[in-house]
Amino acid sequence: MTARLGSIIAGLVVLGVLIALPQMIRQYYVGLVTKMMIFALFAMSLDLLLGYAGLASLGHAAFFGTAAYAIALLTLRAGINSWMAFPAGLAASMVMGALIATLALRARGSYFLMITFALAQVVWSVGFGWRSFTNGDDGMPGVPRPNFGWSLDDTNAFFYFVLVIVGLATLLLVAIVKSPFGYALRGIRESESRMQALGYDVWRYQFAAFVLAASFAGLAGALYAYHNHFVGPEYLHVVQSAEALIMVILGGAGTLLGPAIGAALIIFLEDYVSSLTQHWLLVLGIIYVLVTLFAPRGLVGLIVDFRQRRAAP
Amino acid sequence: MTALSVTDLCRNFGGITALAGVSLDIEIGERRVLLGPNGAGKTTLFHAISGNVMPSSGRISLFGRDITRLRPDRRARLGLARTFQITNLFLRMTVLDSVLLAVGGENGRPLQLLWPMSSYRHRYEEAYRLLEQWGLARTARQVVRNLSYGEQRQLELVLALAGAPKLLLLDEPTAGLSPAETGRVVEMVQQLPRDMTLLMIEHDMDVAFELADRIAVMHQGRLIAEGDEAAIRANPQVTEIYLGAE
Repeated sequence: MTARLGSIIAGLVVLGVLIALPQMIRQYYVGLVTKMMIFALFAMSLDLLLGYAGLASLGHAAFFGTAAYAIALLTLRAGINSWMAFPAGLAASMVMGALIATLALRARGSYFLMITFALAQVVWSVGFGWRSFTNGDDGMPGVPRPNFGWSLDDTNAFFYFVLVIVGLATLLLVAIVKSPFGYALRGIRESESRMQALGYDVWRYQFAAFVLAASFAGLAGALYAYHNHFVGPEYLHVVQSAEALIMVILGGAGTLLGPAIGAALIIFLEDYVSSLTQHWLLVLGIIYVLVTLFAPRGLVGLIVDFRQRRAAP
Repeated sequence: MTALSVTDLCRNFGGITALAGVSLDIEIGERRVLLGPNGAGKTTLFHAISGNVMPSSGRISLFGRDITRLRPDRRARLGLARTFQITNLFLRMTVLDSVLLAVGGENGRPLQLLWPMSSYRHRYEEAYRLLEQWGLARTARQVVRNLSYGEQRQLELVLALAGAPKLLLLDEPTAGLSPAETGRVVEMVQQLPRDMTLLMIEHDMDVAFELADRIAVMHQGRLIAEGDEAAIRANPQVTEIYLGAE
């Protein structure tokens, strides 16, 4: 009970700080924190697969980008308003998730990783190659932010919009991992054959987890399209998928807090390093190597270990 | 009606014949032990019955229903439960959480993904009752990986029992256990309800004769003898291949 109370209090403190933040820091950093929250959601959605269901996907950007592209195409090409385009974008990611899950869930382990990678590259090639429809590598600028009676074009207003959406999505994710469904995903991660022997239809759980993860990734992608007023093929690219994987692993897979911290850290570092050098990907690679060598369970795992060592006599 | 009926079951792995036409009938409530030297095909037979290995030919029926081509989870829902020879547990979860998964049962209901596990009171009550009954209550909060090997074997049994199966398959439940731990598992098996049908692989002759109503002996993918303790002890072929050392 006290641990639970502690996490509720910690959550409220973080929420309070975030609410006060736009009054305390410069506009540029408000935008950066907005991006951190969006990628925290993206990383948490991937962790539902990697950390809970035990499925390592290298194609998660496909869902991030699908929603973003769907919204951009619907609003810019078809003139549909944001009220309709936003849910339609999420639905597009959900359908994409169901499609890719159907094909990829035939494989396991590194084969699963390769299939999700290959399928996501197919989606990327549509975004990159179909010039007349998607503008190819120029992307589509001018994606309008939704207008719910008040404008979200102001940086602070958009920050609060993202805070509310990401906050609600996080609550939903917490509910999912604490539910019997979340327990079952962990059971499947630990032993598929044992879960089958207990009567669980493993495929159904993995499929549902995949579609849910794709939907939350789509939500993050939609917010990111609004954030930048832009979509481009890099949203769908394998680098985006890999970056999300590193966020999860850096923070600690199998917890929701870890990937959120990992995402915030990577976004901050990317911003900082990019102001110094062009070689951000090199730095990212080095971070990845260091984490896998010295903190294979991520930062959260390190903290847990440290606490246990202090608690031990 | 028989609980389990296996007819002419065959299975090859490449050039190796693991099952060469096994037929076996087990009555409801019977306790049957499967004996045989290593490589006799006992575990392959178990895998075929539980659906983890598809037979090349032959037929398996459970309480009169043909299950030869059914997925393992479907068979489980028909009342078949099993343990594994190599401990197959949720190593990074706690004992309590493992049992919660086992008692929830999942019967094709809609996925329960909105309300927390803690709101399913009856699952907790059932899980604690099982842990209490089988003497694992004090390990409830421990991570499975940190249990002793004997406790892990006990947990295997508890997970299999959680769904109140009608047919229970036990694959060497006492393998690798100390005499004291073996005694505890034998006691657990003896306490099982008499209407639960039991098929177990066991290497320890004393355990086998103590628990079994009837014994079946396998050798090189075939069933070579069936009967009660006296019949098995008197069978010259069994003595030669299995008890030859004694």
